[in-house]
Amino acid sequence: MQVHITLNGTKVTAEAAPDTLLIDFVRAQGCYSVKRGCETSNCGLCTVFLDDVPVLSCSVLAARADGHKVTTLEGLQEEAAEFGAFIADQGAEQCGFCNPGFIMNALALFREKKSPTEDEIKEYLAGNLCRCSGYEGQLRGIQNFLAWKKAKQEGAE
Amino acid sequence: MMTIREYKRAESLEEAWQLNQKRNNRVIGGMIWLKMENINVGTAIDLSGLGLDTIEETDESFSIGAMVPLRKLELHEGLNAYTDGAVRESVRHIVGVQLRNLATVGGSIYSRFGFSDVLTMFLALNASVELYKGGVVPLSEYAQRPYDRDILVRVVVPKENAAFCYQSVRNSQTDFPVLTCAAAKTAAGCRIAIGARPGKAVLYTLQPNAAETPELTAARFAAEVRASIKTESNMRGSAEYRNHLAGVLTKRAVLKLEGER
Repeated sequence: MQVHITLNGTKVTAEAAPDTLLIDFVRAQGCYSVKRGCETSNCGLCTVFLDDVPVLSCSVLAARADGHKVTTLEGLQEEAAEFGAFIADQGAEQCGFCNPGFIMNALALFREKKSPTEDEIKEYLAGNLCRCSGYEGQLRGIQNFLAWKKAKQEGAE
Repeated sequence: MMTIREYKRAESLEEAWQLNQKRNNRVIGGMIWLKMENINVGTAIDLSGLGLDTIEETDESFSIGAMVPLRKLELHEGLNAYTDGAVRESVRHIVGVQLRNLATVGGSIYSRFGFSDVLTMFLALNASVELYKGGVVPLSEYAQRPYDRDILVRVVVPKENAAFCYQSVRNSQTDFPVLTCAAAKTAAGCRIAIGARPGKAVLYTLQPNAAETPELTAARFAAEVRASIKTESNMRGSAEYRNHLAGVLTKRAVLKLEGER
């Protein structure tokens, strides 16, 4: 079957089997940031935005995404680089395998909540597993990024 | 591994129902659990084009479409104001935001999983399910039914003069629950739903005695639940531990709700 999606702002049409998962569809389009981790819908590694909402692309049929907008980390380079620098500053990325999914979901959090509390950050990112960091460095990176963003906004006003 | 021979985004409930009468066809819901099964699906029936992803609130009830994702329940202001945040509490520990944006109310209720926080919560809410052919059925009855080939269209939560609370015990933050407990206090008494026994949730209706203090009522309800609940052991907890937890969570729920009287 033919699947038509808007992938990172570009209209894409490609052939897909009825059981092709969205993760395999977007990887076939060159979006290699989207990775398969747990196969049990738990790790958050394969996070993409489906119509601007974070979802696990390993658990969505490409066919269901037909006619919708899909965004991967490749489509959010600037936003991701800005935030990613704060994560790197904390040494919070070690093997780096979880990073694309983690950054995608963190960006979703920033879009949803401008000033999340520590508990809100932890709750929102509970579906992103990292086996290196222990999450503390990531938490500090997020908090520093939010503080920097706030100061930048206040300076502009 | 799941394989699918054909995919069909249903254009009507009738079409979905017709397709679902064939044994190897399946309604895919949020597809979270289905994709982990080892099955060959003939036609995957997708209800996502039928507008069943909305929550409608009226003076009498909340009507929750089968394709409403759990995240929408979590964020719905009306539902959470009505339940004092109990609905949010019941779903917020389920894996992560990304999964809750996919997992659907219909998929959770139709599947009637033993570990289901959603089933536990909706039992205490006195909900009913609307089936395409079978009409409106109380959830307490539906929970006991064997799986059939009807289409679950929506879940209806009646508005009562009631207070609610939800608790769960988990070994780690986003794990399956060891035990779940949802409680409602109405003018007629208390409803206590206990799930993850690890069997599917069961509902108890208990009558307070006006002469009792809240502490005595809580202790009596806890003893009644413990005496009648059937618990089993699995890797998350023993039958004895679950029985103990059922008493503790019931007691806490009753004390909380009595405090709000």
